[in-house]
Amino acid sequence: MKFDIVAHKKWWFSLSSILVVLSIVSMFLFGFNFGIDYTGGTILDLQFAQPVTVSQVREGVDSANLNLENSIIQLTGVTEQESSQDVMVRMRNLSSDESRSVVDALQAKLGSVEVKRTESVGAVIGSEVTQHAATNLLVAFVALAAYISFRFEYKIAISALVSIFHDLIMVLGVFSFFHLEIDASFLAAILTVVGYSMNEAVVIFDRVRENTRTHRRTDTYEQLANASIAQSIHRSFYTLMTVLFACGALHFFGGESTKNFSLVMLIGFISGAYSSICVDTSLWVVWKNHSNNKRGIRATKTETEEAV
Amino acid sequence: MDFAGRRSFYPRGGRLLRTRNCVKFFGAVIVILAAFVYFIYPLANSIKQGLDLQGGTHIVMEAVDTEEAPVTDDSLNRVVSIIERRINEMGLTEPIVQREGARRVIVELPGEKNPEKAIETIGKTAVMEFKDESGQTRMTGKDLKTAKEQIDNGHKNVVSIEFTDEGAKKFADLTAGNVGHRISILLDGDVLTSPVVNEPISGGKAVITGSRTLEDAKNLAILLRSGALPVKVQVMEVRTVGPSLGQDSKVKSERAFAIGIVLIMIFLMVIYRLSGFVANVALLVYVLILLAILWYLQATLTLPGIAGIILSMGFAVDANILIFERFKEEVLIGKTLRLSMEAGFKRAFNTILDANVSVMIAAIVLIVLGSGTVKGFAVNLALGIVVSMFTAILVSRSLLTWLINTGLVANPWFYGLNQKLDRELKVKGGKP
Repeated sequence: MKFDIVAHKKWWFSLSSILVVLSIVSMFLFGFNFGIDYTGGTILDLQFAQPVTVSQVREGVDSANLNLENSIIQLTGVTEQESSQDVMVRMRNLSSDESRSVVDALQAKLGSVEVKRTESVGAVIGSEVTQHAATNLLVAFVALAAYISFRFEYKIAISALVSIFHDLIMVLGVFSFFHLEIDASFLAAILTVVGYSMNEAVVIFDRVRENTRTHRRTDTYEQLANASIAQSIHRSFYTLMTVLFACGALHFFGGESTKNFSLVMLIGFISGAYSSICVDTSLWVVWKNHSNNKRGIRATKTETEEAV
Repeated sequence: MDFAGRRSFYPRGGRLLRTRNCVKFFGAVIVILAAFVYFIYPLANSIKQGLDLQGGTHIVMEAVDTEEAPVTDDSLNRVVSIIERRINEMGLTEPIVQREGARRVIVELPGEKNPEKAIETIGKTAVMEFKDESGQTRMTGKDLKTAKEQIDNGHKNVVSIEFTDEGAKKFADLTAGNVGHRISILLDGDVLTSPVVNEPISGGKAVITGSRTLEDAKNLAILLRSGALPVKVQVMEVRTVGPSLGQDSKVKSERAFAIGIVLIMIFLMVIYRLSGFVANVALLVYVLILLAILWYLQATLTLPGIAGIILSMGFAVDANILIFERFKEEVLIGKTLRLSMEAGFKRAFNTILDANVSVMIAAIVLIVLGSGTVKGFAVNLALGIVVSMFTAILVSRSLLTWLINTGLVANPWFYGLNQKLDRELKVKGGKP
């Protein structure tokens, strides 16, 4: 068995580039489905005594006479059926009196209904959340880059950050393509992905750093990176499996409210493991070779020791 | 013994030492299992649950400036105390009223599924009234300038109130006409106090006696001031989770938690055999300690919080995996089990530290900058990482050292080694 990840770097770069381009195209074509945490608005989660259809609910909502024609109405709890007892209605931000009258109007038209959940978020809070999300991510990135540069070298930090961006774009691409809702907990999940992906990169480069001290003079960066990946691939795989068990259980057996949350982590972790093993080490090798070629030096042991 | 050829893997030391290690290992495992079985339910049930798990209403309000009443630090504190008082009248268990920042007030009402009623109760303008014995309203909160708690000369706790110029005139009239009678001071329709008028009061100042403690007097003063100075308050955000949905989420997350942890445990046992068993025991300790800390901190467990715990469990397991993989490498280069274990822990430590610090950085950013549910997630994640450093390293290490020193199991296969595959990857390391 020949174990050589870095030798196939062209494949990894091609695969990743294609996926990234597809994700970005999807983001431009389909946009995002931002939840009311970001846009402001009111959500009613209702359970009717009898199954109802979307158009019945829309009539009921319209009969409240509150100009709610743009509301989004979804049947929940069933797939591929015309009617359901569980319905979600998303409207512009309503006062509690207004949302009460919507429920009353529905009750008058469609019979008894239980309000399982209502959420109302003002537009101001929504835009605050968006701003916060951006700052949080930025601060986390800078802090992580600083830490990796301090513990390793900046080339590793940049390679790792590139692969983390790659993972984030994957997650965003999937959420955009399938039009999944991005809510307040999305950011927490995204940051977890960042943490995990960084963790993966750290473990592999930790190995690279250690191997530079023990390897032969004639070893190239390819050999160094390959050996490091080979030595830590069991760990990468097993750890990926454990986090997938935890998130998978949450996704498939958990409640409605943690479904998207755990999906972010499922996609992010798989992408994170792949990108740390295949992409960022390859990236680092290419970069190291390139800067050494420029200086006209072959990679030797002393050279690598200096650099890492 | 079957593994006679592996004599060198046996630990040094006599029969007595082995017996002692047997007692330590099996004793510790039994104690941990018993503690887990005994404490897990009471501990899990004693942790406060968030509104998303038990149902309830969460309201965010913001004070807005008006020309008459700009929002100040003092006025927001008064808003909080008015709301607190009104919420307490609703008779809910453990309501929370919290100030957030310079303008916001957060209200959490467990079990309340009727947001309109709650908002109505909270949002109505506080009305203070002075009534005479016939029940006629003679003055209102507008006539009050300020109120302050005091200890008078006779060492009684009193509230001294001061009226506006117009209020002073009204109050002089009121007291002059009611000497020997009671006048009542009402807030939102409830009688706060009804003192007997001893003499006409014309200076625009008065004292209300009858407070038992200075604290009571202070609260009354706050309420009187509150009634006199309402700030306009707007509802920004309302979230209500019905009790059935909350119950459903709770049952489902508990089930997901159990399934996740059982899958992880089976996986570890398959991959690492006895080492995996030790990692599982350490994981139980980890869950117990984490729950105990959450209980001690009186943290509120929300859904994202549970997710944070599940994730940190993954990292706790990761630490053990890193250690076991290192351990296998050491065995492959021919060290004894005991020395391999020591070297494995030592060499994996740096990696674990770097890996955990990077996740910790993300968690700390969220704790500092995040709010609400995101913060709860990050706090649990950060706590989980710290606890996992302890259990994955200290607990697993002690148990494994004892287990190896019992001399009962010497074949490295039982500690997770697959000779052929591991040699291929770890020793040759993909070298051509």
